[in-house]
Parts: sequence; C-alpha cells; structure tokens
Amino acid sequence: MSSAEISALPTPAAIQEWDPGAVSAASLERGDLVLWTTPERLLDLCRFLKEKRQFTRLVAVTCIDRYPVEPRFEVVYLLHSIPNNERLRVKAAVSSAEAVLPSVCGVWTGANWYEREVYDMFGVRFDGHPDLRRILMPDYWQGHPLRKDFPVHGHKYSYKDE
Amino acid sequence: MADTFLDSTELVLNMGPQHPSTHGVLRVILKLDGERVLGTECVIGYLHRGVEKIAENRTWQMFAPYVDRMDYVAAVSNGLGYCLAVEKLLGVEAPPRAQAVRVILTELNRIASHLLWLGTHALDIGAITPLFYCMREREYVLNIYEKYCGARLTTHAFRIGGLQYETYEGFEKECLEFCDLFEKKIDEYEELLTGNRIWQQRLTGVGILTAEDCKEYGVTGPMLRAAGVKWDIRKAQPYSGYEKYDFEIPVRENGDTYDRYIVRMQEMRQSVRIVRQAVADIPAGPILAKVGKVIKPPVGEAYVSIEAPKGELGYYVVSDGSTQPYRVRIRPPSFVNLQALDKMCRGALVADVVAIIGTTDIVLGEVDR
Repeated sequence: MSSAEISALPTPAAIQEWDPGAVSAASLERGDLVLWTTPERLLDLCRFLKEKRQFTRLVAVTCIDRYPVEPRFEVVYLLHSIPNNERLRVKAAVSSAEAVLPSVCGVWTGANWYEREVYDMFGVRFDGHPDLRRILMPDYWQGHPLRKDFPVHGHKYSYKDE
Repeated sequence: MADTFLDSTELVLNMGPQHPSTHGVLRVILKLDGERVLGTECVIGYLHRGVEKIAENRTWQMFAPYVDRMDYVAAVSNGLGYCLAVEKLLGVEAPPRAQAVRVILTELNRIASHLLWLGTHALDIGAITPLFYCMREREYVLNIYEKYCGARLTTHAFRIGGLQYETYEGFEKECLEFCDLFEKKIDEYEELLTGNRIWQQRLTGVGILTAEDCKEYGVTGPMLRAAGVKWDIRKAQPYSGYEKYDFEIPVRENGDTYDRYIVRMQEMRQSVRIVRQAVADIPAGPILAKVGKVIKPPVGEAYVSIEAPKGELGYYVVSDGSTQPYRVRIRPPSFVNLQALDKMCRGALVADVVAIIGTTDIVLGEVDR
C-alpha cells in the first residue's frame, strides 16, 4: 500500500492490520478508493471485506479490456457498505492466456448474473460459478462483444452475411 | 392404489417473451407443482443493443442520447446519471440554476415512472381503472417535458455540464399546478387501492424479500426500503443539491408486495414535496458550466450513482484522455432487482408470479441494455 493519505482511511488500515499482502496497490481515483489485489488473494479479501468491514452489498462486477497491454483484463468489483456509507472498488488483473478468476458467488449470491455478464462480454471465466452461461447474447454466439478486438459490426453474424 | 391416476409430476411452463404481464420481452421459465412455483429461470437479452459497445465508438456527448433509451420510462434520470459521471471525470459542477432544474425534472420523472408502474401493476392484478387515471396524470408530466425540450419519452434534457435549454415561460407555474392537482390524485388512487380488500389479499405476504436477501442480491430502491432498510442515495450521498431539500424516506418492514406498493405511493408524495421546494427557489444565473465544445476528460475513472425511480443507477466511466469513452459500464437497477425474482417466486402461486414481476418494476430496455 502506498501513500499516507490512503493508509489513514479506515478500510486500508484494517486490511494492513489483517494481512498487508492481500492488497498489492491502492489509489484514490477522483476521491474514490481503489484496491488492487491478485487473483489468488481475491476471495480472501472479499470475505474479509464482507465480514469484517460490512461490505454486504456487491454493487456490480465489471471488466475493462486493456488490449493489447498484458495482463489484458481488469476485473472490477464495486462494493458498498450500507452501515458505514462507504464505497470501494477492488480490482484484479488477469491475462488473456489465463482469463480465469475465482467466483465470488459464495460471498455474495448476487454476483451470479454479474459474473455471467462479464463472461459473456469479455470471456473471463469464473472458477466455482454455479451456472456460467451467456446471459445477454444468444447461446450460439461466438466471440465476446465488449473485447476491444471485437469489431463493432460483429464478424460472423453481421447484417451483411444474412 | 390409484397412484398413477392421481400422480402429479412437475410441469415446466414457459412464460413470455411475448406476454403482457412481463412488461416487455422477458422470458420466465417456471417449474411448477400444480399451482405452486418450485423455481424460475429468467431468460433475458432479447432487447440487447450493445449500448456499452456503442459508447466506446461515440464521443462523450454523442453517447448521451443513447442512455435515454435504456430505461425509457425514466429517461431523465438516466441522463442525469450519465452527465454527473462525466462531470465527475472532468471535475466540473453544474451551476446552481441547472442543478435546481435537474432536480425538478428528475423528480417529475420519478412520478411519471411510478405512475406507469402503478397503472400496469394494478392492471396485471385485475384492476383496470387505475391505468387510465395514471396515464391521465402522466400526460401532464410529459407535456412539461415536451414544452421544455421537445421530446416526451427519450428526452435528452440535460447536457454534460448543465442544461441545454433555458426553462420556458410559465415553467414554474405549470410545475406547481401539477403538484396541486397531483396530490389530490394520489388520494384518489389510494382510495381505489390501499384499503381495497381484493388488492390487499392479492399483495399481502406475496413475494417477500427480507433485508438480508436484498443486500445479498444487491437489490436497491423501493424494494430495499420496503424491507426496512432506510437507504436512499439522495440522502446518503447527495448529488445535484438534494441536501438542500427537506423530504423523508418512506420505509416499511415486511418487504412484501403490499409494502412495496405503499413505499412507492409515499415516494410520489415526497417527490411532490421536493418539486415544490425546488420550484420555489430556482436561482438565477448560467445554465451551463464551462466544459468546451470538445470534451476530453483526463485519464482516469469515476463511478457515480443516483437514486433512479427503480433503485441505484450507476455509471462507471473510464477515460483514456481521448474524445471517446474507453469504457462505460452501466449498473442498471432493474437488472439487479430482476435477479431476486427466483427468490421471491419460490413457493408462490402462478398468479402471484404476475404480481411479483409487476412489483419488481422492471424495464427490459434497461435490463438488456
């Protein structure tokens, strides 16, 4: 963890006390706290945040494709704690070769559809997800539309081919 | 014995996507034991237009009208969320006059959205009359929009940095007239429904979602408040000057369909209160902050969420310093609330599924994006 300003905040301070290795970097983005973690430590960190810091609500799971930079995918978990009125983003980076993260469905039941959406749109798989299928695109679809190398007009099922 | 004669098996029934009570193109696969629902599965994506992909290929301003087409009954709220997110990236704030007008229009939009919900929800359950009443009052709000920005449904009323248009002559008067008229009309709806025995019996104890379940699934908005959690972004993390207005957050305890109905009815009354206060005190001054013709937010990311009529509407925007968004993630309330449908439907009757879909208040344009 970095600067003094961030480590003075309650959540980074609590993580520092619990396990300094769980967070690889922390920053403030436009005033919002962002924590970086590794795929191996993601589940531990999420459990800790939910149980010890009351981040009982998973706001969203999303992904940013940094193509062609590797590791390519930044999976973002937006958390919120109602009692503390606190928001937090947890990020984990995965490369296109692996593209697997542990599923957080066991921590927040609501993660189910979010992870399906990230899988559908980016092709990042979630290990331990109960039902990892496409959610918005049809089942026969090939490719993952929100990847930066996916053409805007599609390649296989474009209007031209019909 | 006559086991084979009376033997019952599970039945899988397909509801939708073309079904009047699914409010759009939602397909629900029901697993039934007689009239009891054993489980459901939602099939969504029929209205998927790839809004987030479109965003990456438009400039920041060009994308703004697209967000109106997500939750098309609450287009103004969608636009406000997007504008606030880009403003946070840019580090600008809308001038006070713009903020006040934004509050008025979004609160009117909350009323319009709740009216459409009330009309269709009552229609699904079998009360036809409220639909016509609700549409009649919604018309007043849509007329105000039409006069203000020329559009009734997909309004695109706001611009990044403030407003595009100055309010028209008589805007304040018309808003107040609507408030006066509408307060009496809410009493009228309540007279028709709140104490109605059929209405109560169809709704009480149906589709219970406890506070724990709500948090577990990430459910927000009136559904969360009906379960007893007093949480509203307008109070908890105020935006656009909501801290200046005096209003209450309606809360109920049981988290069933009836409580969600009561919460939404009271929310409409609170919206009227906010509109009155805001209209009484619209500051003079510019309506647009200095943002420039070309919007190029500095590299970085921002997450902004607002209290849309259906719950927390969030925009997670990422900029790479160019004129186009690098990534826009929309966190629609309907998508998240719909996920709890299975939890609410288990053990209910088939007829209750219709009531539960109605009370979830989904708009499929927003679920599928």
